[in-house]
Amino acid sequence: MMKVEKISENMVYQKPRLITNNTMHYCPGCSHGTVHKIVAELIDEMGLEDNAVAVSPVGCSVLAYNYIDIDWVQAAHGRAPAIATALKRLMPDRLVFTYQGDGDLAAIGTAETIHSLVRGENIVIIFINNAIYGMTGGQMAPTTLIGQKTATTPYGRDTALNGFPYKMGEIAAMMPGVTYVTRQSVDKPAAVRAAKKAIKKAFENSIGCKGTSFVEIVATCNSGWKLSPVASNDWMRENMFPEYPLGDLKNNG
Amino acid sequence: MEDIKLLKGNEVLAIAAIRCGADGYFGYPITPQSEVMETLMDERPWLTTGMVVLQAESETSSINMIYGGAAAGKRVMTSSSSPGLSLMCEGLSYLAGAELPCLVVNVARGGPGLGSIQASQADYFQLVKGGGHGDYKLIVLAPNSVQEMNDFVGLGFDLAFKYRIPAVILTDGIIGQMMEKVTLSPERPRRTEEELAKECGDWATTGRKASRGKANLANSLFLDSVDLEQHNLHLQKKYREIEKNEVLCEQIQVEDAEYIMVAYGTSSRICMKVVEDMRKEGHKVGLIRPITLFPFPTEIIAKAAEHSKVILSVEMSAGQMVEDVRLAVGCACKCRVEHFGRFGGVVHSPAEVYEALKALM
Repeated sequence: MMKVEKISENMVYQKPRLITNNTMHYCPGCSHGTVHKIVAELIDEMGLEDNAVAVSPVGCSVLAYNYIDIDWVQAAHGRAPAIATALKRLMPDRLVFTYQGDGDLAAIGTAETIHSLVRGENIVIIFINNAIYGMTGGQMAPTTLIGQKTATTPYGRDTALNGFPYKMGEIAAMMPGVTYVTRQSVDKPAAVRAAKKAIKKAFENSIGCKGTSFVEIVATCNSGWKLSPVASNDWMRENMFPEYPLGDLKNNG
Repeated sequence: MEDIKLLKGNEVLAIAAIRCGADGYFGYPITPQSEVMETLMDERPWLTTGMVVLQAESETSSINMIYGGAAAGKRVMTSSSSPGLSLMCEGLSYLAGAELPCLVVNVARGGPGLGSIQASQADYFQLVKGGGHGDYKLIVLAPNSVQEMNDFVGLGFDLAFKYRIPAVILTDGIIGQMMEKVTLSPERPRRTEEELAKECGDWATTGRKASRGKANLANSLFLDSVDLEQHNLHLQKKYREIEKNEVLCEQIQVEDAEYIMVAYGTSSRICMKVVEDMRKEGHKVGLIRPITLFPFPTEIIAKAAEHSKVILSVEMSAGQMVEDVRLAVGCACKCRVEHFGRFGGVVHSPAEVYEALKALM
């Protein structure tokens, strides 16, 4: 293997310290890599490496524990918020967060999600909404847009057959125990900075036991959408953002 | 001084959990075991020992709260009854796969389906043989008194942590609801963070990665089949170790017995009366009471079968444990193995068991 020499005085950018050297399985262009980077940077910058437990879902980010070098609990499909509930209740001074996709959080894990919000658990839920099941090969998710083609909606999502996409962020914002709900994206540098700021606030809320923080990231799945990474970002801005508008939905922190 | 109380089986589960230094209880109401969480909520242990008690939105959620607590090395417990255990089987498979210690109680009722709220022993297959997916085992303890309900909370936690495996107390609505005199466990404090780090530091996801110098992971995913086979071999080795070391079994007048009943839990109490009645009439009758259902007292039963004409498995089910009794006795042995029991929430009387055994003589 070629040896790469690091010249620190010229270094303007590097892999976050808490991102491991494991080869990432994410597709080029996928939003997961960027969100992982933000999370790893924040844990390092906020000095939480010795005070954080994360819960990984079932879905593309099931292997998040291979990439962010902190303690992880790998959850059964949809159950991450229940697991996070116990971790935080039993270790109230820790940062506890889940990292979940739309199928995990908004379909099979609906009850666990809603009731952790109902109880106002002092956890952070990071919700990657890319409107598709990536890992299983691009099937319809609860957040799939009307008319969107997926492996299980080959003629487009038909409301008579499949119902309507729904907005978990808005549902989260309704709950009195929820402190902070925001919807962000990571499609350009300014958006990445805003998403990082949002996740930082959410992490502070968990450490301060201020109620649940729910950070939704509207994300791309270029493999599932069968578009190039650049075209995916365009498609997301044109189609996803009108359905899932960005910005804070609630901020009581 | 001994602390002696008159308590329901369900109540003593709660009291024993607090006294054993449990860190958390997560549950969902279901008859006939709701007194467990009711007692805990009444006792408010979070004000004394710091134990967390939480009512979840479902048994699916409560077993996953157990998964989270167990992952952090905490002594966590849940209880439910049969339909709730069906929902928990997903979580039990994950707990077994990730090798996490915890205590789960099934105060069983009649099934299948919504069944009844009366006592039953029809969940033997579910908890002893599996229930969830994959090759796994749970340590299964079968108390037959309120005293053992108390004692097995501490024992269950100890075995669970010794082997990093979920331990189950499999009991039923009768033992859960009946009141008996019970000597409470001595109080032991909850473990401190330092004690937990010492005992579970190489695996528990306590969030202390930097101090530990490596990240811990609770996980049952092995995408490479060869890795998963190795993991399974490791689990199987552990199960063989448990079979070798942890069998608990009570034998009543088995030495000279020609007719032996095998029964656990409530059914064993009924069979004790049958042994007494039959012995009075001069019949050489004995009782083997498995206290651990996994590990099963296979060798004890095999040895007893050598001098026995008939072994009768007496269960409040259509015949589940009898399969393990047959395996223990083996085809080559002349001893006949039969099953008797009422089920669906009906409990056999000593007279019915007496008649069933008499008919085999």
